[in-house]
Amino acid sequence: MSRVHEQWIRPGIAKTTFCAGCGHGILMNAVLRAVETLKIPPRELLFVSGIGCAAWIPSPNFNADTLHTLHGRAVAFAVGAKSFNPKLNVIVISGDGDIASIGGNHLIHAARRNDDITVICASNENYGMTGGQTGPTTRLGGLTATHPAGNPYKPFDLVHLVLAAGAQYAARYTVTQPRALSNAIERAVSTKGFCFIETISPCPTQFGRRNRFDQIDKLYDDLVSRYITRQEAHKMDPKDTVEKIVTGEWFRGEVMP
Amino acid sequence: MTAPLKKQTQYLMGNIAAAEGALAAGCRFFGGYPITPSSEIMEHMAKVLPGKGGVFMQMEDELGSIAAVVGASWAGAKAMTATSGPGFSLMQETIGYAAITETPCVIIDVQRAGPATGQATRPGSGDIIQAKHGSHGDYEIIALAPSSVQEMYDLTIRAFNLSEKFRVPTFVMTDEGIGHLREGAVLHKDFETINRRKEPGTMPFDTDDPLFVPPMPIFGDGENLLVTGSTHDGWGYRKVEQPEVHERLVKRLRQKILDHRDEIIETSEDFTKDAELLVIAYGFVARSARKAVKVLREKGYKAGLLRLKTLWPFPKDIVARLTSVAHKVIVPEMNYGQVAGEVAKVSKSEVIPYCRVNGEVISSIELIRELERHVS
Ligand SMILES: Cc1ncc(C[n+]2csc(CCOP(=O)(O)OP(=O)(O)O)c2C)c(N)n1
Repeated sequence: MSRVHEQWIRPGIAKTTFCAGCGHGILMNAVLRAVETLKIPPRELLFVSGIGCAAWIPSPNFNADTLHTLHGRAVAFAVGAKSFNPKLNVIVISGDGDIASIGGNHLIHAARRNDDITVICASNENYGMTGGQTGPTTRLGGLTATHPAGNPYKPFDLVHLVLAAGAQYAARYTVTQPRALSNAIERAVSTKGFCFIETISPCPTQFGRRNRFDQIDKLYDDLVSRYITRQEAHKMDPKDTVEKIVTGEWFRGEVMP
Repeated sequence: MTAPLKKQTQYLMGNIAAAEGALAAGCRFFGGYPITPSSEIMEHMAKVLPGKGGVFMQMEDELGSIAAVVGASWAGAKAMTATSGPGFSLMQETIGYAAITETPCVIIDVQRAGPATGQATRPGSGDIIQAKHGSHGDYEIIALAPSSVQEMYDLTIRAFNLSEKFRVPTFVMTDEGIGHLREGAVLHKDFETINRRKEPGTMPFDTDDPLFVPPMPIFGDGENLLVTGSTHDGWGYRKVEQPEVHERLVKRLRQKILDHRDEIIETSEDFTKDAELLVIAYGFVARSARKAVKVLREKGYKAGLLRLKTLWPFPKDIVARLTSVAHKVIVPEMNYGQVAGEVAKVSKSEVIPYCRVNGEVISSIELIRELERHVS
C-alpha cells in the first residue's frame, strides 16, 4: 500500500484479517486508490458491507463512515442511507455469497430502481468465512465443503444479471488487473445510478486448498490463464469462452455481451 | 351514543392517524412493503412524505424495508416502517441489529391472526411475545399498545420520542381492529418532540455511566463512524472475543431501558383502588373490557381495569401492586395468553386468561358474562 493511502486507514489498524494470498487486500487498495484519485472528502463517503471476509475490507479498516450490517442486507441498508442523504457517496463492498445469494433480491431491485450507489462484489468462488461451502459464483465442477464431488450448478454471470435488471454500469476485473480495477471503481463512483463491479478475488485457504492449487501462485496462474478481455471474447467461439473470465466494462443500453 | 365531535376533531382511520402521528413527530423516512392490514399507513406516507421533504421507499421485501429504515436512521432520519405478522417475522434479524447498534426506528405492527398467512383481514394479538423476543439474543425494546384512533396518533408520536431518546427500536403493537377503526381524533400539536443528542468527538456506543444512552452522530458528520452488529466497544471496534466487552454492552442495552421503566411505562386505571376482580387488557380488547367493568360496577361488583399502554418493558410493578388487592385477575386477549403469562410472573393472585384466537374481537357482552362468573 502506498503512503498516500495511509490517511484512509483508521487509526489503530495495524493489519488486515485476510489470509496469505487472499485477493481482498488488493481490492482494498484498488478502492482506496480510486477514492484518493477522485479526491472525495472522507466525510462524504459511506462504506456499507454485509457479513463475510470481504465485508471486513471497509470495516473497520477505512477511516470514513462504515456500516457493517447483516448477511445479505448491505445493499438495502445502503439504499436507505443514500436516499435520505444523497450527498453521501455510498459504496457497498461485500462477498459474492452476501451480495448475490442471500442478498440477491436487494441487488437486482437496486439495479432495477437504478439507485445511485456503487456495489463492489468480491467473488472468490466460495463462502470463505464459513469454511469454503459452494457459493453463487463457484465454477461448475468446483470442489467445495458442500459439494465434495464437484459443484453441479453453473455460476451466476453477475455482470449480465445486473445489466438485465437495469444497472447503469457494470465491470468485471480480477485482482491481477489492479489498475483496470481501480479505474473501474473510479468510473462507478463518479457515475450516477446503480454501478456494479465484480472483482475476482481468489481464496487460497478454502477454494485453493480443495481444488488442488496447493500453492498460492498456482491459483493466481490459473486466474491469469483464464481471464480475457471483452474484445478477445468477441473474436472467440462462444463455447470456448465458457471456462474463461470475461473482463471489461459494460454500459447500460450497449449491446451485450 | 356518541358525543358530538369537537371542533378540531377529524373522523379518520386508525392507520391514517398513526401515519399522521409519525409525520407530526418528525418522521422523514418510510421504507415499506405492502401487507394487509397495514398498507394504509404506507400509502398515506407515500402521498404525504415527499411534500414534507421526506423520503418514501417501497422496498423489495420486508428484509429490505427494515434495513433501509436502519440505514436512513444513521443518515439522520427519524425513520419507520409498518407491517403485519408475516412481514414482522421477516424483520426480526434486523430488529436485533437495530437493538445492538442502538438505532432509533419505529415499527408499527398492525397485527392479524396468525401463524403464517393466517387470517389476513382479521385482528389478533399473537405478536406480543415476538415483539420482545423475536430476534435472537438478549435485548430490550419498547412496545406501546393503542386502544383508539386517538392513541394511534398519540402513541406513534410517543414511540418516536422514546426511540430517539433511548436509541432503541420501538414498536406500536396495534391490530386490524384499531388499524381499520374509524372514529374521531384530534391531530393536535400539543406535545414535546425529542430529537437525538449529538456530541461530536464522544463515543457513540458507550458512556462513562454504564447504564445510560450515548449520544448519536450520523453519517456525514465527519465522525468516521464504525457501526457494526458484531460485539463492539464504545467506538464501534469489533471485539468479539472479550467476554467483558460483550457483557458490558448487552447489560447496558438492557439496563438503559429497564432503569427507565418509570419514564417509559404508561397505563390507565378504572375503579382499581378497591377492585377485587381485576381485568388487565390492552389494544382493541381494552375497549370491551372498559365497558364490561363499568357494567359490573353498576351491578355493585368490585371490578376494575388496568389498561396497558406500554407492553414492553412490562409494567410488572403496577401489576404486582394491583394484584395484591384483587382476588382474581382476568386477562382477555386475542392470543393464547401472551400477556397473561407476563402477568402470572408477578401477580399476587390467581390469573385467569380469557383467550380468543378466531379472528373475532372479544365483545363486552361476553366479557360481562365471564366476569360475572367470577364474582358470583
Ligand atoms: C443469516 C445468516 N446466515 C448465515 C450466516 C453465516 N455466514 C457468515 S459469512 C457467510 C458467507 C460469506 O461468504 P461471502 O459473502 O461469499 O464472503 P467471503 O467470506 O467469501 O468473502 C455465511 C454463510 C450469517 N452470518 N447470517
